Amino acid sequence: MLLAFLVVIAFAVIHLRDLVAIIMLAGLYSLVTAIIFVVMDAVDVAFTEAAVGAGISTVLMLATLSLTGRLRREPRRPRALIPIIVVILTGVTLIYGTFDMPHYGDPDAPVQQHVAPRYINDSPNEVGVPNMVTSVLASYRGFDTLGEVAVIFTAGIAVMVLLMNRRRRSPDEDKEQS
Amino acid sequence: MRYHLVLRTVAKILIPLIMLFAFYVQFHGDYGPGGGFQAGVIFSASLILYGLIFGLAALKQVIRPWVVRVMLASGVLIYGGVGVASLLLGGNFLDYGVLAHDPVHGQHLGILLIELGVGITVAAAMITIYFFFAGRKTTKQ
Repeated sequence: MLLAFLVVIAFAVIHLRDLVAIIMLAGLYSLVTAIIFVVMDAVDVAFTEAAVGAGISTVLMLATLSLTGRLRREPRRPRALIPIIVVILTGVTLIYGTFDMPHYGDPDAPVQQHVAPRYINDSPNEVGVPNMVTSVLASYRGFDTLGEVAVIFTAGIAVMVLLMNRRRRSPDEDKEQS
Repeated sequence: MRYHLVLRTVAKILIPLIMLFAFYVQFHGDYGPGGGFQAGVIFSASLILYGLIFGLAALKQVIRPWVVRVMLASGVLIYGGVGVASLLLGGNFLDYGVLAHDPVHGQHLGILLIELGVGITVAAAMITIYFFFAGRKTTKQ
């Protein structure tokens, strides 16, 4: 049901020309995805998706839109036959691949047998944090999270450097031209 | 946006609540869903809301750009510093067990500190991005 919502939203995004509506629909898409995560008991991921996907990124997209323009140009229609065939073939292959996957929540699935039992059995004694997601994220996978923070730091620095340079260079270029 | 009385009044009520919720998510991440990433985003959302309604200049009065830059770096430094501290205390890098006498307490302390680092960096990165996106509009006009 929720997945059907996603499909409907995706088609609406393809057909609309008003970019504000498209951004709003993209935020809605994130929100529906967050609901799906909640249904699958991944509350932490849902929280992130709702805050980042539906919240901040929508605002940043709207800020970008205020710099560009509201309507998108009507694209020239190239021959879409080959791309459609490729997309359909890939989709069919992926769906065919899911037939071999274990059912959702299957206790015998490989993902449930690898490191998950160790975390579930030992983290209350080793880390003692009630939210096991936090103990995995911050303690067992501390290196990964350090890397993620470094990525966010780099993203912030990159935006700063890119947009700052533009502003500082423009007077120099004006001088050179005049 | 100077005349939007309803928006301004509602925002003035909402912004402190959003900030409070961000701190709740930050420090309650050990017990419920949430943590540094989400808290950072929510905290930055409250400031961005302020910027959207009262304007970028007012937001830069509230939180100076150099403060945001210091926050951006200090979050990563807190995280890395916890790792180095655990190295100096005789453990592995980011092994929080050595931070306190009891390993479980050490884990609690370590997780609290690194989540704080994550939250500070995420919030500062979001505010930085907003500053520069919103600032470009004024340079173009």
